Amino acid sequence: MAGARVGHGGRKVNRAPLPTHDRPSAAAKAPVSPSPARHKGEIRIVNVVKIYGSETASIRAVDNCTFDVPAGKITVVVGPSGCGKTTLLNAIAGFHSITSGTIYLDDALLCGPGRPSAAPGPDRIVVFQNGALFPWKTIIENVAFGPMMQGRLSKKQAFEKGRAMLAEAGLRDLESNYPGEISSGMRRRVEITRALMNDPKVLLLDEPYRALDSLTKSVMHEALLETFDRNQVTIFFITHDLEEAIFLGHRVVIMTTRPCRPKKILTVDIPHPRDYSVLTTKRFREYLDETIAAVHEEALKAFAAGERER
Amino acid sequence: MPKPSALSGRLYQTVASTKFWRGVVATVVFIALWEIVSRVGISRVPAPSAVVLTFGDLMADPSYWFSWYLSMRRVFLGFFAAMLVGIPLGLAMAVSKAFYGTVFPVFEVLRPIPPLAWVPAAIIFWPTQELSIMFVTFLGAFYAVVINVIDGARAIDVRYYQAARSMGSSGWDIFRRIILPGTVPSIVVGATVGIGIAWAVVVAAEMISGGGSAGSMGGAGGGLGFFIWNSYVGGSYTQIVVGMISIGIAGYISSALLRKLGELATPWLREQ
Amino acid sequence: MLAAGEINASLSDAPAGRSADGTDRVRRVKVAAYRLRQWLGSPRPYLMLLGFGLFFAFWYLTVEVWKLPRFSQMPGPTTVISEWLSPDPTYGLSIYSPEYYQHIWVSWRRVSIAFLLATATGVPLGLFLGWSLRFKEYVFPVFELLRPIPPLAWVPLAIIMFQGSETPIVFLTFLASFYATTLNTMLGVESIDVSFVRAAYCLGARRRQVFWHVIVPGAMPFIFTGLQISVGVAWFSLVAGEMVSGQYGLGYLINTSYTMVQYPTMVIGMITLGVVGYATSAAVRIFGNYLMQWRARELAMGGEK
Repeated sequence: MAGARVGHGGRKVNRAPLPTHDRPSAAAKAPVSPSPARHKGEIRIVNVVKIYGSETASIRAVDNCTFDVPAGKITVVVGPSGCGKTTLLNAIAGFHSITSGTIYLDDALLCGPGRPSAAPGPDRIVVFQNGALFPWKTIIENVAFGPMMQGRLSKKQAFEKGRAMLAEAGLRDLESNYPGEISSGMRRRVEITRALMNDPKVLLLDEPYRALDSLTKSVMHEALLETFDRNQVTIFFITHDLEEAIFLGHRVVIMTTRPCRPKKILTVDIPHPRDYSVLTTKRFREYLDETIAAVHEEALKAFAAGERER
Repeated sequence: MPKPSALSGRLYQTVASTKFWRGVVATVVFIALWEIVSRVGISRVPAPSAVVLTFGDLMADPSYWFSWYLSMRRVFLGFFAAMLVGIPLGLAMAVSKAFYGTVFPVFEVLRPIPPLAWVPAAIIFWPTQELSIMFVTFLGAFYAVVINVIDGARAIDVRYYQAARSMGSSGWDIFRRIILPGTVPSIVVGATVGIGIAWAVVVAAEMISGGGSAGSMGGAGGGLGFFIWNSYVGGSYTQIVVGMISIGIAGYISSALLRKLGELATPWLREQ
Repeated sequence: MLAAGEINASLSDAPAGRSADGTDRVRRVKVAAYRLRQWLGSPRPYLMLLGFGLFFAFWYLTVEVWKLPRFSQMPGPTTVISEWLSPDPTYGLSIYSPEYYQHIWVSWRRVSIAFLLATATGVPLGLFLGWSLRFKEYVFPVFELLRPIPPLAWVPLAIIMFQGSETPIVFLTFLASFYATTLNTMLGVESIDVSFVRAAYCLGARRRQVFWHVIVPGAMPFIFTGLQISVGVAWFSLVAGEMVSGQYGLGYLINTSYTMVQYPTMVIGMITLGVVGYATSAAVRIFGNYLMQWRARELAMGGEK
């Protein structure tokens, strides 16, 4: 395994000085109900509300949304377009503020009353829909970016660790290429590797495979699961693709149409590791039927309300 | 309290924003510095206070407004000519590869020659000085318009063509209903850029050619560019600055007018 | 069927990344040769010749053969070319006369100084304007206030403000260049996809690191487009300045040969101006391509999404 992963309890949480707000301090810890797994990336969303706009024209994107994202598991959020899923992801990541409610990360306050917006940081790394690998840096420079910027590793060490992780993902040969020269599927995988280099608690994926064709997608899924099996990082995944959601997730949260809140939470009881033969099992089809029914209902409402596909 | 109308609402929003006041502060600081520099006498820059006074005097002088008229006429006529020639040329180049291959290289070779370098040649060629100045403004705007038209026509999503073809449109129909409207936004951009260049050109052309046939009127005749030059030669430095500001205002008004026209011509681009 | 754990390993079907430099260079030469052959085989070079041919034919016929009234005083292409190439030119200027090169050098030097100054001031200013909203709110209004005044309207004021004959001209050229550079740089920063900035913050970068590692490289393509425009604008203003005041330089050459009725020389001046202007633009573009290898390669791959 890529050498530099230090153990969990003894790891020094070294977050670089965050740009705007102060770090979630220890003092803000609510009384803890110890979770069964180690404290690594459990997110609790409690009564979150997000309203965009001014007094004259406001949009309620999220309304009293409450659910948990368990540590070390893949939670997939699905729902009709424009319902507010990305808003939630952005709030967790720290790109947007929330109007009211609270979000906890491992029982520490991420954002809430008195602190409407979290600060982005390497404990919650986002993999973007259209990809955000820096086109002007080579693959290895991209991958080594995080630890180098935070000052945790020297350039030499970061490159070494980067090479090791790329090799694990089967991408070692690409290290001197630029992102513009490789295919989008590979770019996604490099981006995930770049994120994992920082030992994040949570990986936030915003429809990362949306732009890929279905053949590439299925391969990406299996690659993601393989990576997950190795790293056990919490994954918060947004998608439209219901098959993708059930195939990947431990839990599937189905959102209502805007303003969004969880309509139904499904626990997918198919054991990991999974491969694509799972797609044709009866269990899978049952889950899919259930999900389709729920989503369809909401999609009809959204359609009637004249939502436009983003 | 009665609801404020949309206009006063927007006005209120502007006045109430920090952005507006920061701009005001910066402008005031700038003018203050200018005043100080001119008083101290580091360089012989006229003071803003003197400039304002001169401006007041000039506003009452009809020949000042006449130079506005002359410059505007030269700019707009040259500009219209540029649109009249440039748009069809650009469209032809976008539509026909053969035409493009023949004409574009010559176009690209002539383009780096600054329009002002054409002034003497234009004076030789055209019978009147007015026409030669208009030719130069035409050149200035022409290049910008053509380039933008070509870019715009090229950027039209190929699916529009496919959709039209599959619905049975003829070649002419496609040109009229897809290429033409699709290029309009770029035409607007080219026009706005072009008219800015035309203003820059007219000023210099007037200075160089001595104001055209009306230059012999003396005083503030012959266009704003000539006005500035004449003020310099005559030693009234405050008038120079007034002239500069006038041109700035005139150029800004022209661009704003065009932008507004452009918005009216492209209702589908308006934001919800 | 591959076992679950073998997927990642099997996916290393990467393109032949970067082989040793030698084979890479050979490959590039081969590609260039191939492209040249393709070009020669297409109608394009012949159409180009046709275009130039028509242009010269038009010029030649109207001036020297048909002697149309309007064109009577213009010099024809044969006159111009023979003058240009003659060791003993009628009006004293050809490729054999040192003054020719003096004029070119003087103009080129003025443009270079002005352009470099404008880049050195405009790029940082543009970067800050795009990066810091507060800075933009203070500074941009003043900037925009002065912008509508064409650079050439500054000529008399520049002459008053600065001593000597060189400084006003360089100042003028600098001004025009400066505005174009600053604006394009600022626009470039503002066009950077916000995802890149967010990704950098996510990965733990601080504000200053984001500026150097994301903003500056990200804005580079736009900056270079702006620089090409800026060079063009510089020539534009320089010519005007030279025509109005100053000694030596291509603009001055054109103006004086006009007043002294040496029309072939005038046309030589114009053409030289065009060539030199084009060459400087191309130089900026090539330099930009060299600096931004990643972009050149991305475009070569067709910019696959």
